[in-house]
Amino acid sequence: MWRGARWAGITAAASALLLSGCGPADSTPVLTWYINPDDGGQAAIAEKCTAAADGRYRIQTTLLPSDAAAQREQLARRLAASDTSMDIMSLDPPFIPELAEPGFLAPVPEDTAQKTTQHTLDGALAGAKWKGSLVTVPFWANTQILWYRKSVAKAAGLDMSKPVTWAQVIKAAKDEQKYLGVQGALAESMTVWVNALVESGGGHIVENPEASADGIRLGLESEAGKKAAEIVSTIGKEGLGGPGLATQAENESMLQFQGDKGSFMVNWPFVWPATNASVKAGSLEKSLVEDIGWALYPQTEAGKEARPPLGGINLGVGAASTHVDLAYDAVECIVRPEHQVEYFVTNGNPPSDSTAYDDPSIKEKFPMAETIRQSLRQSAPRPQTPYYNEVSTGIQQNWAPPSGVDPATTPKTTTDFIIEVLRGERLL
Amino acid sequence: MSAPVDTRTGRRRRETGVVLSERRRSERRLGWWLAGPAFVVMLLVTLYPILQAVWDSLFNFRLTAPGDKSFIGLKNYGVILTDSLFWRDLGVTSLITVITVVVELVLGFALALVMHKALKSLRGFVRTAILVPYGIITVVSAFAWFYAFDINSGFVNNWFDWVPGIGPDLNWFADTWTSLSVIMASEIWKTTPFISLLLLAGLAQVPDELTEAAEVDGATWWQRMQRVILPNMKAAIMVAVLFRALDAFRIFDNVFIMTNGAYGTEVLSLLAYRTSIGRLEIGLGSAISVLLFLCVLIICFVAIKLFKVDLAGAQGGK
Repeated sequence: MWRGARWAGITAAASALLLSGCGPADSTPVLTWYINPDDGGQAAIAEKCTAAADGRYRIQTTLLPSDAAAQREQLARRLAASDTSMDIMSLDPPFIPELAEPGFLAPVPEDTAQKTTQHTLDGALAGAKWKGSLVTVPFWANTQILWYRKSVAKAAGLDMSKPVTWAQVIKAAKDEQKYLGVQGALAESMTVWVNALVESGGGHIVENPEASADGIRLGLESEAGKKAAEIVSTIGKEGLGGPGLATQAENESMLQFQGDKGSFMVNWPFVWPATNASVKAGSLEKSLVEDIGWALYPQTEAGKEARPPLGGINLGVGAASTHVDLAYDAVECIVRPEHQVEYFVTNGNPPSDSTAYDDPSIKEKFPMAETIRQSLRQSAPRPQTPYYNEVSTGIQQNWAPPSGVDPATTPKTTTDFIIEVLRGERLL
Repeated sequence: MSAPVDTRTGRRRRETGVVLSERRRSERRLGWWLAGPAFVVMLLVTLYPILQAVWDSLFNFRLTAPGDKSFIGLKNYGVILTDSLFWRDLGVTSLITVITVVVELVLGFALALVMHKALKSLRGFVRTAILVPYGIITVVSAFAWFYAFDINSGFVNNWFDWVPGIGPDLNWFADTWTSLSVIMASEIWKTTPFISLLLLAGLAQVPDELTEAAEVDGATWWQRMQRVILPNMKAAIMVAVLFRALDAFRIFDNVFIMTNGAYGTEVLSLLAYRTSIGRLEIGLGSAISVLLFLCVLIICFVAIKLFKVDLAGAQGGK
């Protein structure tokens, strides 16, 4: 019995080796593409580009962890160890400076930059640079928009055709006794929110992001920082975010928005395909989708253009890769506008290339595509510093839960805390 | 774990009162030959990383800034030991250790008694049933507990809304004490079987003649338990407590999955993880790991000292 099992195991292992191409004759260079989990869109593009390469290379995808912070941990450790398999990487923009500063990323060739960034939306392009030069190639760009229930906005008498402010949204939710969809958990989503609030108020969380750890100056102790703290604290203290606010990230706030108490929510576009899928699966009413509207991110100050959050994925090439040229060749293929369109339609991740939005299939599948494009134009990246992890975690620890935020003290305590951490004087 | 063995051989030597015979010496040599290779491998895979961590902890070393590595002596330790965060995490870790070990000991003993007394035909079944939680991977059980208590997907708020304080609006993971209770409950649920198994082994070693004799002498159940069974099980109890305390002190999975250290629930191993893996501050992170290691050593030392006392006490025939 045991013997039989052993032989079966050996045979299986041997045939797996043969099937996976360890056999002779195949000398095509294999490019490894470290992808963040999605609905199979990146793997599909990898196949297309492998076919387009016509035997010059083969792209093989490898899955990273689902959590952005965990992706960063794995990539940074591999890059620091000069792993030669880091051919192409799907990178979250905030982590790019940390990887670019020590030279872990191979420089982007001039003509690749030329070909891939001609029509890139401003926000996405800014997120791909470090110290003024392009270090990654923008692939898809993400931004948050304001989702609302038409019925609630109507009852509250809000004119959603014009930009709205946080004060208006807070008042509407309060008057209608509904919950606001914001992200109050101690997680990256908290920094995303605070950054958008501060940027929309005209400030910056980090004033000089390119400085060294000792020289970084924070901009939270400003009018914009105080205003941001007021918004977060009002929503937290008045219970407007619902009982789950302190542990609520993007997905939880979407679930709340879909429920009876949903009113307004700031969130990424994944909400749209996810809600439609739930309707299709029968767990949500069709009338819900008809009740959902969208607008630009709320303004912090009336009349001052909001600066919505920016996310997405850029492609980087590892400096230690043995196929840098081929990798950039593959990157050029991956980020082609038609691939970005396909990726948006199948996986719900918006293009970074502005021309991609003119594709009719996008308008059909994502009626809010124009809002997304405009939001991306206005968007502001999170602080682009090699110490982003410290800054972000410092903000999360001081601003979550929202009910604990005090506009008079929180900006200062956060600043002192982060500065001390960056100087190596205390733990994070 | 070397202590009890040492005392036993020591005792034996005292009993025989002579120098080791030729045969015993060759037996001992054979023992070294048999255990030696494993011992060397163990030293390589444990001692080397420990020394490396101690060495790294003396540097200011960030993985993403390899060029800036500099020797700073004990400064990392100074930063850690003067930071309230370290002490808070140490407090949380100790609290979890003490409460879970005590509760597990009581529950585990009760379960061991059940297993011991269960009818022969049922014994196998009872043992398997009790062991099921221990067989589940900690991360999986942590997720199960998390989703059970989560305000969005959990059923606990719904099922137990008749308990004062529990209702649909209770967010378990937004407060230190409620989160810690769920984390500890999950730990206890998962590892009580382990402790009960160790205690069952101890229980089985208590000679039946002793309890029967006590019973004949008119001792009540409680007296038998207190005067006969427990003193005879002291060694097993101490082993169980030591193993579990060391394990509980290094708690990671449950906290990592359920709260990721949010809202005052961070434990020492999570702090070490976040510093070395999350922040990539190898120097500072190694220093925390070294301190964690020292804490474990202290627990070991204290427990083994107690252990010896207990062994001697049992010998003295109290």
